[in-house]
Amino acid sequence: MKTTIAGTEIDVNEEGYLTDASQWNEAIAAAIAAEENVGPLTDAHWKIIQHLREKHAADEQVTIRSLNKSGVAPTKEFYALFPKGPLKKAARIAGVPKPAGCI
Amino acid sequence: MSESNPTATFDPDNNAPLEKVLIIVSRGSLDGIYPGLVLANGARMEGIEASMFFTFFGLNALAEKTMDSLKVATVGNPAMNMAMPMLGMPMTMPFPTMLGGIPGVSNFATHLMNQKMEELDIPPVREFLEMITDAGGKVFACKLAMDMFGLKRDDLWEGVESVLTVGDFYQEAAGTRTQVLFT
Repeated sequence: MKTTIAGTEIDVNEEGYLTDASQWNEAIAAAIAAEENVGPLTDAHWKIIQHLREKHAADEQVTIRSLNKSGVAPTKEFYALFPKGPLKKAARIAGVPKPAGCI
Repeated sequence: MSESNPTATFDPDNNAPLEKVLIIVSRGSLDGIYPGLVLANGARMEGIEASMFFTFFGLNALAEKTMDSLKVATVGNPAMNMAMPMLGMPMTMPFPTMLGGIPGVSNFATHLMNQKMEELDIPPVREFLEMITDAGGKVFACKLAMDMFGLKRDDLWEGVESVLTVGDFYQEAAGTRTQVLFT
């Protein structure tokens, strides 16, 4: 379905995740972050958002463990930056699909 | 007569999300420990508070000396056939419990299971517990079980929040949107 966020019309699924990552921009990210009670977005947030977008483009799965191991976001910091469901929220803000894993 | 508590009223249409889970881990085999770890971590990933309570043989996963070498139970497990595909055999192939008792079989099954879990990006027990506490989850040990097995606080992993009595445990379960899960 279509919705308008930050003045741009985008396609989202019923949970509010962008279905086309190429429609994403930083203003959309900031608007979704505000909706999710995350932020205001700092460099630490953007680093994770960019990482999620790069991994999505490379068709690689991101987990909380992989973020921790790669040094992109230690687990404690990740939960502090994106409180209450960090991976789900970060993915939605980054305009990539909701992670499907159990870990 | 006590007054009725409005927060405790049953409302069949209340679909409010869970706020907290308390997970009791009572078994100490590798396969007995992991479901609780996955549930606790999964709760934190969904923004749900999570506490774990390790009791009886579950303490095997918190004792410094044993937590890195937990084993799969290969005896008395009539579902061992589920693991047969890991050996390239059909899932319907029976695995008699007598076989599970042969020295080395449990070690081998554990090795296979650990390998498979690493492939699926499931962390080993110690790292998994660290992940859960880093995520804000809490890990508790049962006082009675500690007394029974002669364990002291110093024998346990440093990330254990505290040693609880059953009364403390129920206090930890406070709140109307809390669920207690036994694994």
